[in-house]
Amino acid sequence: MNKVLILVFLVVLLVLTVFVCLGIGPSGISYKFLSGIIDDKAESIIIYQVRLPRILGALLVGIGLAVAGSVLQAILRNPLAEPYTLGISGGAALGVTLVLIIPFLSTIKFTLPVAAFMGAIISIAIIYIISSRHHFSVSSLILSGVVLSFICSSLVLLVFAVSKPTEIQSVLFFLMGNFATTNYSLIKMIAIPIIISVMILIILARDIDVLTLGDEKASHLGVSARTIRQFLFIITSVITGCCVATAGMVGFVGLMMPHIMRSIIGPKQQLLILSSAISGAVFLIICDTIARTIIAPAELPVGVITGIIGGLFFIGIIVHAKNI
Amino acid sequence: MLKISNLSSGYFGNDVIKNISFEINNGEFVGIIGPNGSGKTTLFRTITKIVTKYNGQLLYKDKEIKGWSVRELAREIAVVPQFLLLAFNFNVYDFIALGRSPYLGRFESLSIRDKEIIERSIQITECYHLRKRLVTELSGGEQQRVFLAQALTQEPKLLLLDEPTSHLDIGHQVEILHLLKKLNKEQGLTILIILHDLNLASDYSERLILLDEGKVYKTGSPDEVLTYQNIEAVYKTVVVVKDNPITKRPHILLVPKER
Repeated sequence: MNKVLILVFLVVLLVLTVFVCLGIGPSGISYKFLSGIIDDKAESIIIYQVRLPRILGALLVGIGLAVAGSVLQAILRNPLAEPYTLGISGGAALGVTLVLIIPFLSTIKFTLPVAAFMGAIISIAIIYIISSRHHFSVSSLILSGVVLSFICSSLVLLVFAVSKPTEIQSVLFFLMGNFATTNYSLIKMIAIPIIISVMILIILARDIDVLTLGDEKASHLGVSARTIRQFLFIITSVITGCCVATAGMVGFVGLMMPHIMRSIIGPKQQLLILSSAISGAVFLIICDTIARTIIAPAELPVGVITGIIGGLFFIGIIVHAKNI
Repeated sequence: MLKISNLSSGYFGNDVIKNISFEINNGEFVGIIGPNGSGKTTLFRTITKIVTKYNGQLLYKDKEIKGWSVRELAREIAVVPQFLLLAFNFNVYDFIALGRSPYLGRFESLSIRDKEIIERSIQITECYHLRKRLVTELSGGEQQRVFLAQALTQEPKLLLLDEPTSHLDIGHQVEILHLLKKLNKEQGLTILIILHDLNLASDYSERLILLDEGKVYKTGSPDEVLTYQNIEAVYKTVVVVKDNPITKRPHILLVPKER
């Protein structure tokens, strides 16, 4: 009962956050849109064409990253796993960079999320192969994730080195994680895959719970760990690919939200996925609002803000953890 | 119920179990003993399809294990592990409830009947007062009862236990085995248990299977299996066998090497 109340509270918080953040921006605050009538043409454009797509983007990416983090932590039995720390975002970013730099590719629809997905799934396969030899130990996962991130960012730099400086800047800004380029067509492209993936994960929640008990116990409880884990990797890659295609590298959302929610609501996946999704959306919308207002009229990449908050959080976990 | 003939299995092509044969009948309480590395756990892992490659015959209810899906098998055979490394803090009730997963469809939640079965397992194993605690916070004896409760929630016909008492003090050891004996007698649950403690195995099992280097060295009643000749040959250590004055079952007394 308690837990349902927490979910209701989170939903209310999300609605409030969306409305408050719609009203906040460099051009001042206006809540006339709440009444449904906006007489000012400029204000209408700011709210519906500038702020709303960003907020919807942050909402979807926040949901996606938090859910991907929650599921990756569960299936790898590792509280530090998430798309960013495992280098999956890095792989996706490499895919995105290639598409953005190669003019031929960037003109075709869907190449952005597809390339990001390909990058993500290749990264996850590499991590899987390396760490499965070490029984998915914390150190092998995180180390292979760090190394993979290094390799991917080196490859991104390699692409930059052979590109024109004018092309580099926009890509670089995009990769640092931001919603400045988010538009409705991109949102339409990623909304359906993210929402369907999250729904599939909620349906599979009990199997994911059983997987957290380890492969052998999972099998004794009737869940074939290998098959389902591979399927879950594909789903989380789809989510991560969509998120990176929208907002570049936004780190640590997938680490923090499941962590906080697990301490409040417990480790059962069904509630954990739902609550992480909502809190991830709230968190990222707030971070993006800070990013676009704090040094207005210029703006910060949102990845910088989540990176600082999340990095400190990550250190906090390591300091307080009993057995890493 | 379980019929094994000429079974060999192992890892990466190396056979740990070599050509073993035995049968477990419905309602039996059978102990498996043998030194470290004699293939006890591998045998369990083969029966439960963790090790999937094997040669020979392995029949459960007259059907080859390969023909059972893991989900079907989980409704028939439950396993109590020696210990379980939990990555996350499940509370006892939620942990035990996962024992219903082999019965639940993807879109189903726990029915009233499922909840009754969970309650019954909790009561049998006396875990009621623990239900809201976290599994990771429990003592070894309590954890073992919770593992057993989860296994019972699967409504198994055959219960496999892999050294469930090796971390426990004598009081908790007897408590677990007494509980198993009761389940065996009152509910007819078939029990196959790996035990390191030969005396506990002797007191509680109707029949013993002594494994040595992947082969069945001897099988039969405790009186037949636990002779000093058998034990000295398999464990390579000098022992004296006396009867337990109460149970009249053979007990093994160790003889120190230097006197």
